This record gives sequence, structure tokens and C-alpha cells, in this order.
Amino acid sequence: MIETTLDIQAIRKDFPILQREVNGHPLVYLDNAATSQTPQQVIDAIVDYYQRYNANIHRGVHTLSQEATDAYEAARQKIRKHFNIVHSHEVIFTSGTTQSINLVATGFNSFLKEGDEILVSAMEHHSNIVPWQMLCERTGAVLKVIPMNLEGELVMEEYHNLLTSRTKLVFCNHVSNALGTINPIKEIIEAAHKAGAAVLIDGAQAAAHIKADMQALDVDFYTVSAHKMCGPTGVGMLYGKEEWLKKLPPYQGGGEMIAEVTFEKTTYADLPHKFEAGTPNICGGIAFGAALDYMNSIGFDAIAQYEDELLHYATEQLLAIDGLKIYGTAAHKTSVISFNIEGIHPYDIGTIVDKLGIAVRTGHHCAQPIMDFYKIPGTVRASFSFYNTKDEVDKLVEGVTRAKNMLL
Amino acid sequence: MTIKEIQEEIIDEFSMFDDWMQRYEYMIELGKSLPLIEEQYKTDDNLIKGCQSKVWVHAELDGDKLVFTADSDAIITKGIIAILIRAFSNQKPQDIIDADVDFIDEIGLKEHLSPTRANGLVSMIKQLKLYAVAYQTQLK
Repeated sequence: MIETTLDIQAIRKDFPILQREVNGHPLVYLDNAATSQTPQQVIDAIVDYYQRYNANIHRGVHTLSQEATDAYEAARQKIRKHFNIVHSHEVIFTSGTTQSINLVATGFNSFLKEGDEILVSAMEHHSNIVPWQMLCERTGAVLKVIPMNLEGELVMEEYHNLLTSRTKLVFCNHVSNALGTINPIKEIIEAAHKAGAAVLIDGAQAAAHIKADMQALDVDFYTVSAHKMCGPTGVGMLYGKEEWLKKLPPYQGGGEMIAEVTFEKTTYADLPHKFEAGTPNICGGIAFGAALDYMNSIGFDAIAQYEDELLHYATEQLLAIDGLKIYGTAAHKTSVISFNIEGIHPYDIGTIVDKLGIAVRTGHHCAQPIMDFYKIPGTVRASFSFYNTKDEVDKLVEGVTRAKNMLL
Repeated sequence: MTIKEIQEEIIDEFSMFDDWMQRYEYMIELGKSLPLIEEQYKTDDNLIKGCQSKVWVHAELDGDKLVFTADSDAIITKGIIAILIRAFSNQKPQDIIDADVDFIDEIGLKEHLSPTRANGLVSMIKQLKLYAVAYQTQLK
């Protein structure tokens, strides 16, 4: 029996999409790790912006521009407060995690030389591997991999061995998208700092489940995508320590990011505008703030506790299916279950359960090195959010069983 | 039989089913009758890109007709390629090039034609037609 203080049925009413049917069945949405659904409160914030105060920000003297600027900057403050960030100018609005990472990777061009080393974990998303490979190509630095064990946990002894005076940057996700593993980032950050390396943590998969405290973590950079935490797509944040953001060169040139421009020389604007060239995703930023308000009104502790119960229930129920194997059995994980059934391709299972209205992800989850590690073509991934129910877990188990009977 | 006649035969067979489950079960059955590609041809060159599952297709001429063999590691994908090969194999390259694929709609598999579908039905059709173009040139 799942016990929670949350009124899940009331919460579900906040999400209009959960009322729809897919292929004649009520939608069972279990692809939350790819993108979360959007509550009415966030949809209202988007509509309100376009209906009442759509205007360009930061330079208009007219009322609408003032209102839009205030709302956008208020969202930045909400993000600052949520992640316990010291200065609001350490919050950079980006289009999402991928852009946040590329901004830092590009900025590190001038800090690296041949023979320097970058460490990345073995359980990274492609968006966390490719920018560093490109950085290594540009600078002659070397990419080294922190290995993982069969449970899907990083081998920390190996990590400590890999850290040397050559290590300049360590990159790791807070939570693995393919396996759900919660990585020991506090330990990773502390050890890297002792070795004199900077640390970037990708919080894309963590932000919907864990309220990360930037000051307590003492992390140098942290990235988040709003659409994974009830916000809209196309907006996210890069947190960077002030000292780092001051050192990094601008990422893109354009309006907003300048102080003075002549044809001879341009001086750049102060933080955070130095990294926010052009008209930003104003509505997206405001809606990101609304999403944080929404999630905080439910409470991250209650969310984490409920999702943990869903995870345990679903793990138990799925393992009762003969031949089913779960990949990623770390002691600390979020509500993500990656699995296969012996003798069946994940694509086949995903196709059949979709016919039953169940949305899961199949494939390599943009983490091919993990699939190579387990020597599998991919997995079926069910990822649960606080608006999912035990009843939906049962439907998943029924659907997978039905698919298995058809396919074997 | 011409490609058109075979396609109509497939449409007839699928029209017997009233729900998706029966259609998929039949497709899985068809997958089992797929003329399998020889192991030596399961190379990267014969792998169709753009599929979540692996699909290999090999083509060779038998007189003036093109014969396809294939395989996939996913059962539903195997069924889909089996249907395509049944329609296109043992046909003249020019007829394969000219053939339309509307029958996919009529057997209730239209959803697999969407470019967002990772099974690569679109890529499979394209690959079969590319083989036909290549062998057509060779025949001339």
C-alpha cells in the first residue's frame, strides 16, 4: 500500500493532458524522464504573458516592457532562491541543459592546453559527452572516463585514482537519465576541488526530484532544463559561480550582452547579460518560475517520498514478470526503471504498450556507452512522476505482460 | 503476380482482422516467414540507418528480377520488412521503382509511416527502391 500525504487525484486534475485518451485507452504517461507534463498553473502563466504583457525586456520605457522585465527577473529570483544561489546574476537563462553545457565547454577553450584532462562519468547522456570531445579536439586535452559497475554506480575508488594535477574539469550528471542512479556528487565535487579541478554537474534528471543546494554542494556549474520539471521546453538555466562566470568569455555575440559597441571595440555587459545575447525566451523564463512555484507548493520532500514508494512498488511488480531484467539497481536512484525481457527487443514492447495507451521510452536513451557496457541494443524505460499512480503501475505491468505473451 | 496484385492480396488478408492486436499478431507471424538474409550479408553496409531496431536487407538479381532477403532483431520490424519484401521481391527493378506504397495505409500501419516513428519504415522503403535503382542501371 502506498502511503502519501499528497492528494494525487487532486494533483492529477492540475494536468489537462492526463485526462486524454490514447488509442482508445486513458493515457498512462510514464516518459517523465524525457519530458514532464505541464500543469494548468504553468499553462496559465504562458497564456497570461501573451494576453497581457508580451513585450521585449530590459530596455523599453513603456509599461508593458517594464512588466515583462519585472516578471522575467522575478523568475530569475525564484530560481536563485530554489537552488539556494548567492547572487541572482549567477543564474544564466539558457535554452536548456544542452546549451548550458556547450556554453561552459566553449568557454573552457582558453583555459585548457595539451595534456590537460577532463573526467566524465561512464553514464553520461550524449549531450554530456560530445561537447567535451569537441573541447578536447580544439585544445588537445584528454577525455577520461570514470567507470561504473554492473549496478550502475560509479566506481569511486577509480574516480579518486583518476584525479591528478592534470585534471582541469570534472563532469558528471546528478542523476543518470538511462538508469536513474543518483550519483554521489558531494564527494565528487569535494575531491575534484582538492585536486584543483572545476566541476560541472548536469542536474537535468535530478531537478524534478531533488532540490539541489548550490551553496551546500559548492559546485562550480550546475545545469537544469525547465521541461523536465513541469515547465515549458526551450528554457533552462546554467548556474555558475561568480568567479567562473566572470572569467568565461561570452558564448554568443548579439544584443543584450553588450555595454558599448563601436566598430573598433565592444565591451561586454555585466553578468548575467554577458551570456544572454539577443531577445531571450521571456515567456519560457516566466513559466519556468511558475513551474518552480507549482512544484514547491506540493513540496519536494513529499514528492521524493511518494516517487520512491512508486519506484519500489513498480520494481517489485515488474520483477514478478518472468524473464524481466532491470538495468540500474543502484542503492540510490530516482523513479526510473530501465528493463528488458529476455528474448524480446525493447522496441517491440514499446510498440505494443503504446497501443494500450502507455507511453514509455525505448532505445538507447541517448546513452549508447551505457548500452554497450551492458551489451544490449537498448531498454524499455518507465519513469514515474508525482502525478502517476499505483493503478498506472499495474497497467504498465499488465501491458508488458500482454506484450510478452504476444511476442514470445 | 504484379506488385499491385500482391499488395491487394495483403490488404485482403489484413481486412479480416477487426482490432490492432490481431493485426500485430498476424504481422509477427509474417515476420517468421521472412526470407532470411545470409549471415555473410549482415554487414554494416546492408544495415538500414534510422531504425531503433537493426534491419539488414540484401538484394541480388535472379535473371531480370530482384530478390530481397532481410532480417531484424525486433519481431514487429521483422513483420514490417516481411510485408514489404513480399510485395517487392521477385519483381523487375523498374516495377519496384514505379510501385506506390499506399497499401501500408490500408492495412492499418499508417502510423509507422510517420517520420517520428523510429522503426524506419520510410527508410526501409527507400532502401528497397535504392537497390532497384542501382540494379536497373546495371541491367541497362
